[in-house]
Amino acid sequence: MISWWLIALIKSAVVLFVVITCFAYAMLFERKILGWMQLRPGPNRVGPWGMLQPAADAVKMLFKEDLTPRTADPLIYRLAPFISLITAMGAFAIIPFNETSAGIWSVGNVNAGILYIFALTSISVYGISLAGWASSSKYPLLGSVRSTAQMVSYELAMTMSVVGVLILAGSTSLVGIVHAQATLWFIVPQFVGFVIYLTTAVAETNRAPFDLVEAETELVGGFHTEYSGLRFGLFFIAEYLNMITVSCLATLLFLGGWGGPAPIPGIVWFLVKAGFFLFVYMWLRATLPRLRYDRLMAFGWKFLLPVATLNLIVTSAVIAVRGI
Amino acid sequence: MRKNLFNIPAFLEGFATTLSFVFRKKPTKQYPTLKKQHAPRFHGLHELRRYGDGKERCIGCELCQIACPANAITVIGAENRPDDRRSPGERYAARYEIDELRCIFCGLCEEACPTDAIVLTPRFEMADYRRGSFIYPKDRLLVPPEAGVGSPPDERPGGIPPDLGSVAQMKSTVEIQTGYDATWRGSILKTQRKGLAG
Repeated sequence: MISWWLIALIKSAVVLFVVITCFAYAMLFERKILGWMQLRPGPNRVGPWGMLQPAADAVKMLFKEDLTPRTADPLIYRLAPFISLITAMGAFAIIPFNETSAGIWSVGNVNAGILYIFALTSISVYGISLAGWASSSKYPLLGSVRSTAQMVSYELAMTMSVVGVLILAGSTSLVGIVHAQATLWFIVPQFVGFVIYLTTAVAETNRAPFDLVEAETELVGGFHTEYSGLRFGLFFIAEYLNMITVSCLATLLFLGGWGGPAPIPGIVWFLVKAGFFLFVYMWLRATLPRLRYDRLMAFGWKFLLPVATLNLIVTSAVIAVRGI
Repeated sequence: MRKNLFNIPAFLEGFATTLSFVFRKKPTKQYPTLKKQHAPRFHGLHELRRYGDGKERCIGCELCQIACPANAITVIGAENRPDDRRSPGERYAARYEIDELRCIFCGLCEEACPTDAIVLTPRFEMADYRRGSFIYPKDRLLVPPEAGVGSPPDERPGGIPPDLGSVAQMKSTVEIQTGYDATWRGSILKTQRKGLAG
């Protein structure tokens, strides 16, 4: 019993370390990509090729003054970043990165994995909405109201788009879904679902062009306007971890996870695929302007959700007629 | 709404544009490590020059002060004493101050000067922490005697471009690391700075 706990602890420590490192360099990579796409070289002052930039940023965050507005609700104000971060980190507890003869590379292999992840992402809305509410300031409040509306409406379409995959795989376990894609990646039969998943995942992680929650031009900083120092840093980490989570999920659900031609190890395939999705997020941010709020809602409810539902119906019908 | 959100080719075109920008050459100059050379007649920080025998060119005539449209220059002249001649003429500048914050670097002082004493160098890195340090007194403007003789602006390295149209071209294409070494005053300041750093 003790050894089981110990193994789980060591595994989660390793996964968290790797993921946080990935976050740090995803941030650097994003700044580089954005820079290149705007004909700038990006950060290149700290260390060779700017490789030490994340460390410099971390030190800066640590030493900044931590402000709390006088009118803020002190408990919730302090709690909110942790809700965001813990839900973002929790998702990595069940994401399988690779499978070897020794077993599956994940902290835990839950048979209802996809449900667990959706539950966590639903809770992560609380982090943002409570942060905006507890700041008792107008811009954060507007940001959090938007975030709640946006995440609730996009989560529906996201879940709908994934249900098609679940029907095809006949499993809610992430490992089971990857195994079901041994012959054919689900991006082929579920292309519509894939596109909807990508779109809603951007909204779900509050990234451009759906970053109305933060919307610098209109809401200062959105829900984290009042946050500074390390508390802001926690939101920042949570945002990037969410990005990595949805990238990993897209890999697992639609691109066959660690599956790929043999000589290259599975973990490499996984990282390449997930890295590609991360790049797509940065690419999106550099390309598309922010949507207007009403258009965002209309797009979610009047287009994505009906199409996702239709996709689900068609998939179910085909499965019912042909069998899996 | 439909027109904007569902125009897929336009979206793809946008993605292609941003992606192609990744592979383009970046126009960024790595400024502190790599300096751009300015045109030979770039208007930068002033300097007061000397004659070959070490005497100051400035004769304290105050014409630059009168010419200055920004009232940045203050000159107070004084008579040369026979035993201590500062300049070849009767008078020399007892005080010579330029407020570089007021200066608009128009170069009218350079043109007004009858002895080519005050000239504008290509040096432009004048940033400092205190307002007071932008008022350059004479000892900061005057070329040190051991630096030798300055050449008039027309004889500077690089010379004067045949037409002004090529100045812009030179600015954008020619790169010389020692941008402000174009005058020896610049190199003196550079070695002084090195001494401070080391």
